[in-house]
Amino acid sequence: MARTIKCVVWDLDHTIWSGVLLEDERVTLRSGIADILEALDRRGILLSIASKNEYTHAMDMLRSFRLDDYFLYPQIHWNTKSSSIQTIAREMNIGIDAIAFIDDQPFERDEVASVLPDVLCIDVRHLDSLLHMDAMKPRFITDDARNRRQMMKADQHRKTAEASFEGPQEQFLASLEMKMVIHPAGEADLQRAEELTVRTNQLNSTGTTFTYDELADLARSPSHVLLVAQLTDRYGTYGKIGLALIEKKERERIWTIRLLLMSCRVMSRGVGSVMLQHIIRRAQQAGMKLSAEFIPTDRNRMMYMTYKFAGFTEAGKTGGKVLLVYAGDEVPPPPAYVEVEALEVSS
Amino acid sequence: MEENKAKIKQFLMRFIRKPDLDDDDDIFALGFVNSLFAMQLVMYLEKEFAIVIENEDMSLDNFRTIHRMLAFIEAKTSAK
Repeated sequence: MARTIKCVVWDLDHTIWSGVLLEDERVTLRSGIADILEALDRRGILLSIASKNEYTHAMDMLRSFRLDDYFLYPQIHWNTKSSSIQTIAREMNIGIDAIAFIDDQPFERDEVASVLPDVLCIDVRHLDSLLHMDAMKPRFITDDARNRRQMMKADQHRKTAEASFEGPQEQFLASLEMKMVIHPAGEADLQRAEELTVRTNQLNSTGTTFTYDELADLARSPSHVLLVAQLTDRYGTYGKIGLALIEKKERERIWTIRLLLMSCRVMSRGVGSVMLQHIIRRAQQAGMKLSAEFIPTDRNRMMYMTYKFAGFTEAGKTGGKVLLVYAGDEVPPPPAYVEVEALEVSS
Repeated sequence: MEENKAKIKQFLMRFIRKPDLDDDDDIFALGFVNSLFAMQLVMYLEKEFAIVIENEDMSLDNFRTIHRMLAFIEAKTSAK
């Protein structure tokens, strides 16, 4: 699969601006850079900084160029750029291979490439072609993409609140007043649904990605249900963060979850099980047995646990595919910290 | 055994709002099943007690109560 860049990390001196902040009296913005940043931001690609500079000084300069708002988790200090990139990846909860790094200095690019070979390192001389690279072109620009930076900012506020919160995690989660709305995917949800399958690998139960057309067919198919989950809390929306594809075999009285995935953005909210429980309840109300396909990847162990801890057991293996069946007779109560609302039509 | 019990309890207290958690309380019946907690619990037990939790071990019944967890760790460590 072609790689998708989720975050571009920028050097400052001789990259964002011409000149060296600590040496030159004045630095000037590289021509066209503001347009490039804006274009990336609108595509839902996050922006950050790895620069060896003095933090306050550099941020003041960015502010004077009116660019400071674009950058999340800026790393401006004297540590190695590879460590800065690792920090950014951790804070944003994205994979190292989803990061591009732009710097004018071969030394810095080599340092990053040697420690983190999966980072896409780009010489600033090739900046003109940046927006035309396939890795920088998501197929659709969804509402979720457009709002990604704002949602990430809200997330920063949540993290600050969480770090200063004293007490058990359950209590913190309750304080967020989360609400999940689950509904069948409508036409307008399909782009985001495709985006979710492409962008998510840690919390994808089969590691499968679907194209827009495949999803559109499935959403129309009478034997399938495609569910989308949105999550909000007191800090704002997380957007559409969950997807489930269920195949209904009414004659055999069984539903099979072909795909369950959750955006990495909500990994720390433990809501994968909330969506799964919703499906369990639905199957029980309809008098159907419930099974699920699972394909282990090197990253989706958490999804496996979500199934097992929700009461699924392994019923067999074919090829690399594990068949799980719901063995519980009662539905576990939904967690008290999330309110769940189910809609019959897309919202 | 008592030491292990205290360790597990201390870990659970970081997540669950029930100061008087009993050794036989079903933590899943308390409505605290969530994928994040499950992951953290499994990783904690693996690290703290130097065991490897295989896919087939990952059933609710092994982790339902503090007692069950202790028995599971016991079985895992003696099998080594």
